[in-house]
Amino acid sequence: MVEPLRWQIGTVTAIRPQTDRVASFTLSLPDWRPHRAGQHYDVRLTAPDGYQVQRSYSIASEPDRTGEVELGIERIADGEVSPYFHDVLVEGDRVELRGPIGGYFVWEPGMGGGPLLLVGGGSGVVPLMAMLRTRRAAADHKPAALLYSSRQIEDVIYREELEELASQPGAPTIVHTLTRQQPAGWSGFARRIDEPMLASVLGHLGGTAAGSSAYVCGPTLLVENAAAVLTNLGLPPAQVRTERFGPTT
Amino acid sequence: MADQFVSRGFVGRRQAPQGDEASRTPPGQYLTRDFPVLSAGPTPRVDLSMFSFTIDGLVRQPMSWSWDELQALPSREWTVDISCVTKWTKLDTRWTGVSVDTLLEQVELDPAARFVVAHSYGGYTTNLPLADVVNGQAFVAWGYDGQPLEPVHGGPARLVVPHLYFWKSAKWVRGLRLLADDEPGFWESLGYHNRGDPWREERYSGD
Repeated sequence: MVEPLRWQIGTVTAIRPQTDRVASFTLSLPDWRPHRAGQHYDVRLTAPDGYQVQRSYSIASEPDRTGEVELGIERIADGEVSPYFHDVLVEGDRVELRGPIGGYFVWEPGMGGGPLLLVGGGSGVVPLMAMLRTRRAAADHKPAALLYSSRQIEDVIYREELEELASQPGAPTIVHTLTRQQPAGWSGFARRIDEPMLASVLGHLGGTAAGSSAYVCGPTLLVENAAAVLTNLGLPPAQVRTERFGPTT
Repeated sequence: MADQFVSRGFVGRRQAPQGDEASRTPPGQYLTRDFPVLSAGPTPRVDLSMFSFTIDGLVRQPMSWSWDELQALPSREWTVDISCVTKWTKLDTRWTGVSVDTLLEQVELDPAARFVVAHSYGGYTTNLPLADVVNGQAFVAWGYDGQPLEPVHGGPARLVVPHLYFWKSAKWVRGLRLLADDEPGFWESLGYHNRGDPWREERYSGD
């Protein structure tokens, strides 16, 4: 019998804004369990009259951070749970949650022999960040790349940390595309993710497409297109793992 | 008890459904008007000229239907509420398809058959008790809202078992295999509940 995933009450220990709409929420958990990069937690809010709502949020932290978990949460204007996180919660508040959840969109050091390609759009980068942080913590130096689509530079989540990551030994290749607006002097991609762009990132990685593993997370259209292109480029469908990261209100 | 926990400062935006809609929304779910897409991998493209739907396993004689043969079976419109384990529920979805009962009528079941595994183009599988797909509870759909079912939603054909969480409604379905013993499918092997009744909130193993 599998041990059930019980609800537990975590305590908010840090809230760090990442962009105008996205923040990192760190919670300490009394019944912490190591997670795998790519997994999520379910959060449940309860009003005094017993009214409840639940949502799922991706884990951004690496499992090495014993006893705590960092969630990346985008504020959805007409949402019910994410505005509570952004507008009401302060450090020291308690939140009910359970997890970690999810067993397919996960990456661990040693998985797959070949290069690792991460493709993210908007807040879909959150579980991919957990993978990059896990890779760094494990000093896994196998070729890895992140192709990350944002509307504009101000919307890039984990911007400084991604720059830092890219300058370390065994660094992943970080490639941004800014689809709506680019800062002056921008020399990077400035369009939606397409086949030439993915081919170019795969080229950077070396190795064969057939030996690469890809994780794609973002809005449905981005995920559908990128996954289809990756199979066209020679990745076996079983090595293209996808997760839709639509607005979770 | 966790049930007595109250989230400080949370009153809720009360997007919660009212009346009839409330009574049709399982616990922990919210209503959505759009149709989210959740898949574990790339959307397979299925060539209709190569399509076949098969019932095999514990049957006297396995049976396969081509695309045209499947379409020629007596089909009907179904209007059902669907709930995804990722917490959205969509009411009054309209489908066109053939009842699993109609398909099973065309084979002779071994009395030992008690479970089915639905399997799909792309390799997806999900397991169900036979009792959950008979008596008008499940159908194979190729139409949605009066249109051919789009590939992202499981076209050309998907199993629909509306009374269970929607991962049981296998997209890109290509057959049902009858078994004597239960055999966990894709998500059921990855920490999700074996049966997945949304009214009992059977989301994950052990729920």
